[in-house]
Amino acid sequence: MYRYDEFDRRFLEERVAQYRDQVRRRLAGQLSEDEFRPLRLMNGLYLQLHAYMLRIAIPYGSLSPAKLRVLARIARRYDRGYGHFTTRQNIQFNWIKLEETPDILAELAAVEMHSIQTSGNCIRNTTADPFAGAADDEIEDPRPWCEIIRQWSTLHPEFSFLPRKFKIAVSAAATDRAAVRLHDIGLYLRRNAAGEVGFEVLVGGGLGRTPMIAKTLRDFLPKHRLLAYLEAILRVYNEFGRRDNLYKSRIKILVQALGIDKMRDAVEREFGAMGESALPLPPATVAAIAAHFAPPTLAAPGADDETELARALAQAPALARWVRYNVAPHRAAGHAIVTVSLKPPGRPPGDASAAQMELLADLAERYSQGEIRATYEQNLVLPHVRRRDLPALWRHLGEAGLATANAGLASDIISCPGLDYCSLANARSIPVAERLSRHLAARDQEIGELHIKISGCINACGHHHVGHIGILGVDKNGEEFYQITIGGSADENAALGAIVGPAVPSAAVTGAVDTLIGVYLDLRREGERFPDTYRRIGAAPFKEALYAAA
Amino acid sequence: MPLLKDGRVGDDPWRHPDDAESLPDDAPATVSLARWRTERDALARRAGRIGLRLPNDVSPLELAEDVGRFGLITLAFPRFTDGRAYSQARLLRARLGFRGELRATGNVLRDQLLFMRRCGIDAFEVGERALAENWPAALGEFDVFYQPGEDGRPWIARQRAAG
Repeated sequence: MYRYDEFDRRFLEERVAQYRDQVRRRLAGQLSEDEFRPLRLMNGLYLQLHAYMLRIAIPYGSLSPAKLRVLARIARRYDRGYGHFTTRQNIQFNWIKLEETPDILAELAAVEMHSIQTSGNCIRNTTADPFAGAADDEIEDPRPWCEIIRQWSTLHPEFSFLPRKFKIAVSAAATDRAAVRLHDIGLYLRRNAAGEVGFEVLVGGGLGRTPMIAKTLRDFLPKHRLLAYLEAILRVYNEFGRRDNLYKSRIKILVQALGIDKMRDAVEREFGAMGESALPLPPATVAAIAAHFAPPTLAAPGADDETELARALAQAPALARWVRYNVAPHRAAGHAIVTVSLKPPGRPPGDASAAQMELLADLAERYSQGEIRATYEQNLVLPHVRRRDLPALWRHLGEAGLATANAGLASDIISCPGLDYCSLANARSIPVAERLSRHLAARDQEIGELHIKISGCINACGHHHVGHIGILGVDKNGEEFYQITIGGSADENAALGAIVGPAVPSAAVTGAVDTLIGVYLDLRREGERFPDTYRRIGAAPFKEALYAAA
Repeated sequence: MPLLKDGRVGDDPWRHPDDAESLPDDAPATVSLARWRTERDALARRAGRIGLRLPNDVSPLELAEDVGRFGLITLAFPRFTDGRAYSQARLLRARLGFRGELRATGNVLRDQLLFMRRCGIDAFEVGERALAENWPAALGEFDVFYQPGEDGRPWIARQRAAG
């Protein structure tokens, strides 16, 4: 994991001091709320329906035990004892007092964390594959590049007042676990025909009011030119992105208006004009960052590890089920990647209590080389667990309500905070998710992989467009209705879902989802996931089943 | 409008006549881009120094031939959230080598000053409150920067290489 050097530490101290002074000026009346808003937003502080919400950056989803313990402490001391992991690998605290925020930021700074650029029309926290450095299907570890992007984008003087927010995601694996194609810039590490590793650069993805899948801007960018190329894209966007309409200001709209070819021409022209020496990334610089992400030294598996594990699995079907769904292959023999579900049936997706965070910090130290990751699917990951330790880890997790065996299944629902917290929402999301997960949990195994995603408004923080089943809350004359989409996907074959028909009232959502799942179960062929069946048979059978009775 | 430059707040020595007004004989004066384009040759022969008021929707690269003639280029921040002029400033300094005064005008706020300075803007049109609220101090709130800047201060790559 990246450790700050003296410069990083000094920068963050300066940032906390600057923010403390901004809050002082606000409380003293020197700054109007209008003037203070962009300053607090640059520090992730939103004014929500009931209180301030503080969104803290978890750079590329990577956490240490010390960081997680401070998050737990903040939950206890400054909030109501829990935090909410978001769809951008960040964490939010929903009951924050403005005057305490400088102290919170100081506590975060002590463990090399901050909330810089978790809001505002700037480059947001860079997200990444939560299995990075552990996955058996990646070309190389993407985290050094995420850290390079984090540093370059931090308080970037030219790109802090963009037309709109700007999100970058990075993956180096065959399976896309970072929703790369749904970002303003998506980066895939690729190997070219000559065997060199570089970036495929995608641009113009995003959800919200006008969802779009990113298009390839460049097939192969040499790694050492990454920052110059990013800067060229941002400069073109800063100059030409629309500023007259909030809803048409994202780079995806610019890409759509220009067409990908003209966008490419503009970026390549700027990139060329910057020259070879712009924003260099010499090998020594990259190596110094990459050294922070050296793979952990993992013990070779013992001769009886697998027989021990097999015996435990045979004795405990619940453990076997958890291993089946929440444990993924690791590149190192005898090890595994564990997904810790934050989706117990009937509970708000992505919430973790202070006690759970502290337990996970302990378990990460004991079982996972001191590493924890947050996923955009609002779960946590212990990336380096010895397979032999899985039963013990599972028991510890289970005692804290953290052993729900549903990773990737129907009850593993993504949901935004919705109208329970958010000032933008049109409808509640969390109660819908709670009802659905409670209802579906018993059928998780029968249904298999299924991604249900819920947003409380068109801004789509719950990624509903790319849910296998997507649910969007809308307001109809003061009543909460839910529009349902099917066939979306957020992976390497990203697709936008199609609206299945008229929105349904809140009480009918669970039944409607049940009906859609019923069609899928009836008509699926061996090995087909929900979107596969949908692509084969089309929307008609789903529509008929859903609306025939009406 | 008071001007913040070189760490002090003072008066603006430049005049900014409308297109319809005639220019002062030898006092420094700025002109609009439209006026520059129609009266370029006459303006270039003028005794007093000439400056340009650059709108934020025109690429400075269109002025590549001309920038050496200006003693001042003013950049427009119609709202502080409209950040186009940050890119203009960097292009003027880094790409076109502009060495005259680069001035931020419009909705210039204390907490944007340092971003502007890092992009190469070295003068700021500010309100009367700038002195009372010690705005010059905002330029010194950081001495670690993660990007190369146009203000001559070191950035982290250099500091790390030296350290």
